[in-house]
Amino acid sequence: MQPHQYIIIVGCGRLGSMLANQLSGLGSSVVVIDREETAFNTLSTEFSGFLVTGDAAELDVLRRARIDKADCLLATTQHDNVNLMVAQVAQTIFQVPKVIARVSNPSREEVYGRFGIETICPTTLSAEAFLSALGNQPEAK
Amino acid sequence: MRVILIGGGETIETIYFLSRLFARRGYRVTIVNPHSDEARMLSRQVKATVIVGDGSDPAVLEEAGARRADVVLSLTPQDPDNLVACQVAQRLYNVPRTMALVNDPDNEQIFRQLGITEVFSATRVIGSLIEGQTVFDEITHLFPAAEGQLHVSELVLDEDAPATGKSLAELDLPHDSLVAAIIRNGQVIVPRGQDRLQLADRLILIGLPENQEEVFRLLAGKGA
Repeated sequence: MQPHQYIIIVGCGRLGSMLANQLSGLGSSVVVIDREETAFNTLSTEFSGFLVTGDAAELDVLRRARIDKADCLLATTQHDNVNLMVAQVAQTIFQVPKVIARVSNPSREEVYGRFGIETICPTTLSAEAFLSALGNQPEAK
Repeated sequence: MRVILIGGGETIETIYFLSRLFARRGYRVTIVNPHSDEARMLSRQVKATVIVGDGSDPAVLEEAGARRADVVLSLTPQDPDNLVACQVAQRLYNVPRTMALVNDPDNEQIFRQLGITEVFSATRVIGSLIEGQTVFDEITHLFPAAEGQLHVSELVLDEDAPATGKSLAELDLPHDSLVAAIIRNGQVIVPRGQDRLQLADRLILIGLPENQEEVFRLLAGKGA
């Protein structure tokens, strides 16, 4: 991955904060958005990015995070639909070059994958990990 | 017509009244509601199939009959849920009409850009209703039609109204305006030029917004 990217992370839960800490450590400029200010407590002391409190499904909140300048947006909240909406807004309206959404419902993930939204499905990934830990190869998709 | 209505929680009242209205019109209504207590209430009180579940989940939509639905109407209190429900209905099940409620008026434009055919903003509708109120009790703006190019309004003739006692032909209304109906003692009359207007007639007017003021002045003696 290229260093010094401008990355927006939506959602500062366990996944979002882990990504924020690591990407910030790798030298990227990171902005984290979360509705709850207390969510930012999970960021490490070395985290050197910016924090935006608000609902990323609101255009104004994305603008405050300077989405027009972003190289990348990662939508990581626990809500599939929030992630899918924010990802589409980033990709279609603000032309952010790299957008990835976390989508937990595998059938919903499949629909959006088909329509050009890059998704990561934790459910499918864990199932594959479980199966390979059991010594079975995951089924070819 | 097969309609799928998605929603609940804060929008439960709307879901209830809409499904009752649609059922009366003979539409086949399926409601998708996430809360089992609300779903139970709806299934007792409305003539509709009620499914408990998340309307943005492809499996739930399929169970609701999305493959054969003519319209999907998503009215949850969360904009992202409405967007995804409509997109799934459209993209996966080819539902011809998808309509979404937007709670945040800024999302109206966004939803259209993301392919939702019909988008409503409750905030905007109520805002325009208030803007549509005139200072005179006699005039009501009913609704804009054709994206606001046409206005439908209603006017009651009182004793001061210059049009009372005159025929439509005598009134010489602007060219692009029409008295579409007269409601007199509860009867609807579709008027012709020689029909005379009477005190307390309710007139349904159709016209261009720019002519409206002139029409109101000729009929009621006042502007909007």
